[in-house]
Amino acid sequence: MAMPVSGVPTKTRAAQIPAGHALARVGRAIRSSRKAATGTVLLVIFILVALFPGVIAHDSPTQDAYPPRLGPSSAHLLGTNSYGQDLFAQVIWGTRNVLIIAFTVGLLTTGIAVLIGVAAAYLGGGWDGTLSVVTDVLLVIPLFPLLIVIAAYAQGESTIVLITAITLTSWSYTARQLRSQALTLRNRDFLEAARVRGERKIYVIVMEVIPTMTSLIVASFLTNALYAVLLSSSLQFIGLGDPNTVSWGTTLYWAQNNAALQTGEPLWAIAPGFCIALLGAAFALLNYAFDEIGNPALRPVRRSKRVRGA
Amino acid sequence: MRYVLRRLGFFVLTLWVALTLNFLLPRLMPGNPALAMLAKFHGELGPGGLNALETLFGVNTHQSLLQQYFGYLHDVFTGNFGISLSEYPATVTSVIGSAIWWTVGLVGVTTVLAFLLGTGLGIVSAWRRGGKLDSIVPPVFVITSAIPYFWVAMVLVLVFGITLHWFPSQGGYYVTTDTPGLNLTFFQDVINHAFLPALALLITTIGTWILTMRNTMITTLAEDYVRMARAKGLPGRRIMLDYAARNAILPNLVGFAMSLGFVVSGAILIEYVFNYPGVGYMLLQAVSGEDYPLMQALFLLITVAVLVAILAADLLTALLDPRTRAAR
Repeated sequence: MAMPVSGVPTKTRAAQIPAGHALARVGRAIRSSRKAATGTVLLVIFILVALFPGVIAHDSPTQDAYPPRLGPSSAHLLGTNSYGQDLFAQVIWGTRNVLIIAFTVGLLTTGIAVLIGVAAAYLGGGWDGTLSVVTDVLLVIPLFPLLIVIAAYAQGESTIVLITAITLTSWSYTARQLRSQALTLRNRDFLEAARVRGERKIYVIVMEVIPTMTSLIVASFLTNALYAVLLSSSLQFIGLGDPNTVSWGTTLYWAQNNAALQTGEPLWAIAPGFCIALLGAAFALLNYAFDEIGNPALRPVRRSKRVRGA
Repeated sequence: MRYVLRRLGFFVLTLWVALTLNFLLPRLMPGNPALAMLAKFHGELGPGGLNALETLFGVNTHQSLLQQYFGYLHDVFTGNFGISLSEYPATVTSVIGSAIWWTVGLVGVTTVLAFLLGTGLGIVSAWRRGGKLDSIVPPVFVITSAIPYFWVAMVLVLVFGITLHWFPSQGGYYVTTDTPGLNLTFFQDVINHAFLPALALLITTIGTWILTMRNTMITTLAEDYVRMARAKGLPGRRIMLDYAARNAILPNLVGFAMSLGFVVSGAILIEYVFNYPGVGYMLLQAVSGEDYPLMQALFLLITVAVLVAILAADLLTALLDPRTRAAR
């Protein structure tokens, strides 16, 4: 996935909402929108499954305990693969790995992006110049090939390597969005007031600027988590993750390696892929709904004119 | 003019960063991946090949990092990318040359198709806002944007390739029964093999075109000159195409220029699922075969293609949108 920015409408948010209100809005958004409700329910189910996989799947995901290539049955809901592993157990236990990656990468990339984007906008001058150039350069280097190269050199493949590589390479888009938003704030009166009070810059950034951008930050987190799911699964699928972890991407890797589609074991490849799509859809739906509700200015006609370049 | 110069400067800067990343990554990674690779190929390569590798990754050479760096830059600019390890003793350049046309053919044609089709659907969807098409398209593409490309490809392989046997689902042509050449059978064979990968690409990329076109067009339709055209009683078709679409198409055109750069890298996973003999599949083969020289060269090729396309998109914007020129 060379990630040509996907079908999720790109946002240029203008609304600035105080922190408390924004969170209240999230709650209201979830209650009032079908999209948001669907996304939330899906996500909560996935989180519960990730927390308590043993309750749902009684088999071990890694043990080659059964006859290979069983069809679906009540004992093995999705059948078994060529190694005699229970596929249902693999899908259930695999939820944990992908959710850990999604939330960690989502939080870390958004965190880095907030720091860099807001610092660039607020500090201005040379700082802004330098940070913006770094952001822009990283933004145009094709992400997925770069990740492939990094993962290939990193040899000791593991979830940590995946998380680090994805985080370090994919914060730039969010940083750029946050910078533009923070720029619109720079000369507002309440920041002027803080400056006059003699507050330190770091205090102003953390306590005054960032809280006004909560809605954009939440939306960025959702987008980044979605990309983390897609990127990490893709890397695992082509064998650049740890082949021994239990995760959807790894299950897909073994399915592809054993030509599961061609040898009459389609569920081996279809089931984990479906889960990735479903989890991705959960994040995308939440993001879309949140975008519509958290920012009334975008809702009607004037939505999503993509601003690119510079 | 200043705008153009700034974009050119940015292009040179990003190119330099990409080249330097390519140089530094293998040297900075813990555990020296180059050494591991050299050990693996030690018995298989002649001393000449081994020597070239050692120079490429700065192993056993008595050069400082800076000397290595300038040597590397010199090699890149003279088109010397070394020798491929998996296709030894062929040069990296010739190996890539054999794969690139497959990718350009498949992904290039599909990109143009997706652009034309998506833009058209976007225009109609915005024109009949709230109509059938318009109520289906946006939500569908919110969902498809979350689906991994390679999974779409796998489903297509399963349904049309394996279950229905409508199209071949592996490779670029029948390697065993067909020989490449300029004849009709081979041509048909290639089209047949390209159908499913192209469909997978089309499904996963068309949404962006539709949504961008639709959203810009909706904004344009609210402009005064469109209302004026309606008031004059011009035929709907003419308003839709000449007044609204013509002015709304800029973001899509710029996106199109950019997406041409992603032709090379855009289908890595789709090529992988279909074992399609293009550049993306080759990149993954190079990775799994630890053919680092080939991998490095492919990464550079992909990056340069994207950077050139972005530059082209910027210049196109400056050319077509006078506001850009005035603003900078």
